[in-house]
Amino acid sequence: MTKAGLSPTDSIKPPLWVNAEITYKCPLHCVFCYNPLNYASTFDKELTTEEWLKALREARELGAVQLGISGGEPLMRDDAEVIVAEASKMGYYVNLLTSGIGLTEKRIAAFKAGGLDQIQLSFQDSTKEMNDFLSSTRTFDLKLKVARLIKQYDYPMVLNVVLHRLNIDHIEQILEMAEEMQADHVELANSQYYAWAFKNREHLMPSREQLEHAEAVCNQFRARLGNKMKLYFVVPDYYQDRPKACMNGWGTVFLNIAPDGLALPCHEARMLPGLEFPNLRDHEVRSIWYESEAFNAYRGDGWMKEPCRSCDEKDKDFGGCRCQAFMLTGDARNADPVCSKSPHHSVVTDQVALAQQPRRPDDEVRPLIIFRDDGNSRRLS
Amino acid sequence: MSLAKDKALRFARQYKLQWEKAQDAWVLLYPEGLIKLTESAGEILKRIDGQCSATDIINSLQAAFPGADLQQDVTDFLEHAHDKGWIITD
Repeated sequence: MTKAGLSPTDSIKPPLWVNAEITYKCPLHCVFCYNPLNYASTFDKELTTEEWLKALREARELGAVQLGISGGEPLMRDDAEVIVAEASKMGYYVNLLTSGIGLTEKRIAAFKAGGLDQIQLSFQDSTKEMNDFLSSTRTFDLKLKVARLIKQYDYPMVLNVVLHRLNIDHIEQILEMAEEMQADHVELANSQYYAWAFKNREHLMPSREQLEHAEAVCNQFRARLGNKMKLYFVVPDYYQDRPKACMNGWGTVFLNIAPDGLALPCHEARMLPGLEFPNLRDHEVRSIWYESEAFNAYRGDGWMKEPCRSCDEKDKDFGGCRCQAFMLTGDARNADPVCSKSPHHSVVTDQVALAQQPRRPDDEVRPLIIFRDDGNSRRLS
Repeated sequence: MSLAKDKALRFARQYKLQWEKAQDAWVLLYPEGLIKLTESAGEILKRIDGQCSATDIINSLQAAFPGADLQQDVTDFLEHAHDKGWIITD
C-alpha cells in the first residue's frame, strides 16, 4: 500500500516469480483443474507473442527472475518455443509445466536450444477414461516416451501427480510407474479445492484413512529409493488447522498472467468480487505491481479482520488464502477458515467429516463429476 | 564430504549463477527458487567456470584482495556449497 510520504518502492518488494499461463486450451479434462470455470472465454482474447514478450520484459526489468510457462497446456501454442527462448535470453530461469502431450523430440530440442531450464511433467490422471487410466497402455507408452526424451535432453525428470479420492488408492501403481520413468522428483499433491476442483470437491476429497494409506506407501518407497527418487507428499489443507501462507502473501513475490493478459496475484484471484484486475494490454507491469488497487488490496495486514488482526501468527501465514476465505465465508477479508481460530472453521471440518463416509462405487460417482471441458466452461460462464 | 582442492569445479545441473541488478546481488537460481548471495559468496562463486579448482579460486581471491587471509573462509564456503549440491567436481 502506498502510504503518505513513502514511494511505492520503499514498501513494496518487486515481483520475483512470474507464472505465464499462455493458454487455457488443453487436450485434457482434469476434474481437479484450477483454471477458472469460464476459461473458454479467453480463447479469442489470448495475448500475442509480442504482447507476451513485452510483459515478460517489463517484469524482468522490475526484478522477476523465475518464470513458469504453464496453461492449460502450454504446448497448445506453437510459439511456446519462441517465448521460452526470448525469456531465457532476458535472464529468466524458465520452467515449462506440461502434461507432455505434444512434446515431440523436435519441440524439446528447440526448447533445449532456447535455454529452457526445467520441465515439470504432470501425470494426467484426468481424461474421461479416468477409471481405466492406470491400465491404459496408450497413456503409459506416451509417458515413457516423454520421460525418455526429458532424460535424453539432460533434464531431471520432475513428475507432478495430483491425488484425490478417486485415484489415491492407486498410489502404489502410480509410484511404480514413476520409478519406471526414472523420475528424480515426484510431487504427490492432493488437489486443492478451487475452480473445477471446488465444483467436484466432495468427489475429490480423500478420507483420512486413504491419506494415511497413501502416506505409508510413500514412506515405503522413500525407504527403498532414498535420494534416487525424491517424494513430496502434500495433504489437502482442509485437513490442517492452520492455513497455508498463500503465495507467500498477496502481491509480495508472485505475478500470474492469464492468457487474456489479466494480471493476478494468484491463479484464482479472478473470482474475487469488487476488484478490477489490470490487463497487460493496457498497463505496464510496473504500475500494475506497485500502483493498482487490486495488487494493493491485501498487501500488509491493514485489511485484516479479527481473529487475524491481533493474531501472533499473522506474519507467518498472512491469514491464509483470500480466495478460499471468499469461497467458504463470502468475504475475502475473513481468516481462511482452514484456521481453527476462524469462527467459520466448521465449514472446513464439516467437509472433512463428509469425506469420511464410505466411498461410493465409481460408476455412481462418475456421472456426478463435472469435467473441465469447453462445453461445461461455456455453460458455467 | 570433503572437497578435492585440485579438481575443477562447476555448477550442478539446474543451478545457475546470475547478477541481479534489482537485488544488487549475485543470486543462485534453481527450479522454483533462488538464493541471494552475500557479497563474498558472490565473489567466490562467480569464479567457478568449469576449469578452476578450489586452489585456483583461493589464489585468484588472494590476488584480488591482497592482505586478507581468505583461505579458511573460502574453503569452508566451497565445502558448504558442495555439501548443498550447488557445485560439483567432475
